[in-house]
Amino acid sequence: MSVIVDHISKIYGEQKAVDDISFQVNKGEIVGFLGPNGAGKSTTMKILTCFLPQTFGQASVCGHDVVNETMEVRRKVGYLPEQNPLYLDMYVKEYLLFMASLRKLGPGSQKRVESMIERTGLTQERKKKIGQLSKGYRQRVGLAQAMLHEPEVLILDEPTSGLDPNQLVEIRSLIRQIGKDKTVILSSHIMQEVEALCSRAIIINKGKIVADDSMAKLQGSVSVSAKLTVEFRDPVHSDLLRKIEGVSQVENLGEKKFAIHGSSIDKTKEQVFAIAVEAKTIILSMQEDEQKLESVFRELTKSAPAKSQKANSK
Amino acid sequence: MFVIYIKEIRSFLSSLIAYIVIITFLLAIGLFMWIFPDTNVLDIGYSNLDPLFFVAPWVFIFLVSAITMRSFADEKRAGTIETLTTSPVSDLSIILGKFFAGVTLLLFALIPTIVYYLSVRYLAYPVGNIDSGAILGSYIGLLMVGATFVSIGMFASSITDNQISAFIISTFLCFFFFSAFHYLGELKVLGDLDYVISWLGMFAHYESISRGVLDTRDAFYFLSVIVFFILLTKTVFGSRKW
Repeated sequence: MSVIVDHISKIYGEQKAVDDISFQVNKGEIVGFLGPNGAGKSTTMKILTCFLPQTFGQASVCGHDVVNETMEVRRKVGYLPEQNPLYLDMYVKEYLLFMASLRKLGPGSQKRVESMIERTGLTQERKKKIGQLSKGYRQRVGLAQAMLHEPEVLILDEPTSGLDPNQLVEIRSLIRQIGKDKTVILSSHIMQEVEALCSRAIIINKGKIVADDSMAKLQGSVSVSAKLTVEFRDPVHSDLLRKIEGVSQVENLGEKKFAIHGSSIDKTKEQVFAIAVEAKTIILSMQEDEQKLESVFRELTKSAPAKSQKANSK
Repeated sequence: MFVIYIKEIRSFLSSLIAYIVIITFLLAIGLFMWIFPDTNVLDIGYSNLDPLFFVAPWVFIFLVSAITMRSFADEKRAGTIETLTTSPVSDLSIILGKFFAGVTLLLFALIPTIVYYLSVRYLAYPVGNIDSGAILGSYIGLLMVGATFVSIGMFASSITDNQISAFIISTFLCFFFFSAFHYLGELKVLGDLDYVISWLGMFAHYESISRGVLDTRDAFYFLSVIVFFILLTKTVFGSRKW
């Protein structure tokens, strides 16, 4: 077990930020931490990185207790905090060398920093001041800092926020590459990211764990309502589509275009094809929108509707 | 500790603060020593550096507060405190690294004033007629006062995340510990206690060292005030975990 969290609670004044949560993460696992704003994700991560102590319960990383053996834990953990704090008046390379010496990487640090700069795609920016970098590049500097010492456990609080789509793909593959032999816990509000990266997701809401399972099981656990967008060559009457078994709603997006909501999407596809043949028309496009994890997430955390608009606010 | 120390020195040097502090210090001291009518050495006619040692602590109050106000307030505001304290370094080594960096900067500011010493030494009649022992003592005293100000400034910076508040708290505390006790002692209301009260302040000890008498009690006084404020800073710094 790389990370063991045992009945942890964290109380700020009167507010319970984390309420009696327990989970374990095995070596080599990439675990996604999901939850609306203020659910307690960051607090849990801060406890695991020894920044804050828990109020109750116990947690350990690589067999070291986070309260009593903080130095051992800090040596083994790489951490990217949520706001990605950096010294803006330092140069990229200078900062990474500083972090390397802070972690006592010794004579190999120069090489380590060079290779990390290359892996995170910072080669062009290495001689710039961090303050001059755009958000995406700063994020890479933060990631480079977290991975610099080849930590056994990598804790990333929203690692891909502020990245453009190309960077997103690169950083994800970097995380995946590192996650092969390291334990990674990452929090995110982008469902696709968790779906793409993680083997397991922990969904947390109001300080409590509401789901903790492998991706496949989580996706199967909720009766998913999917959306199918179909475009025909000729006008088709929408009543024909409504008659299909399992279809709950049909939206007209024009005479020839429909959005079909239903549960068993595979059968629906067959039926739609049959309708097209019957009406002697041709299907020009058929697009399936599967937001499985997102529906799981909404289902499990819908008790806090006001808070769950996270993706919009960032 | 050494890593933090180097980093702090570099950030002083790369962010103009060091240059501004050194230039302002030398300019202010230079004006008092050579130009202003009532204090310049040439008019007074004694071969000593008294104007320097009289004015320097007062200039230090502001300059030290200015260089230490960032130390923790800025890290807290920027959140870099989180990366720092989740790295394998102890709180104490962070604090000591910053403390020694501040003292080093003061040392850099003081070193050029050796030129003043050499000038006065050359101007003296006969040449070289100057009390070098007292001047060395004064330098040591000044450095100790400066180091104490650094520890006070760091404490002020650790209790707030606003640099301006840190600056104001720091100047007040420095002023208070430097001369308030001295003035309270001069009130002559507490009889024999006056002497004890004035000994609580830095001024009495600074004066005593400046005479060229290196008394262990004075050194012990400064060291204990420094240790006191460093421990206080450590407590406040560690209070994030409460």
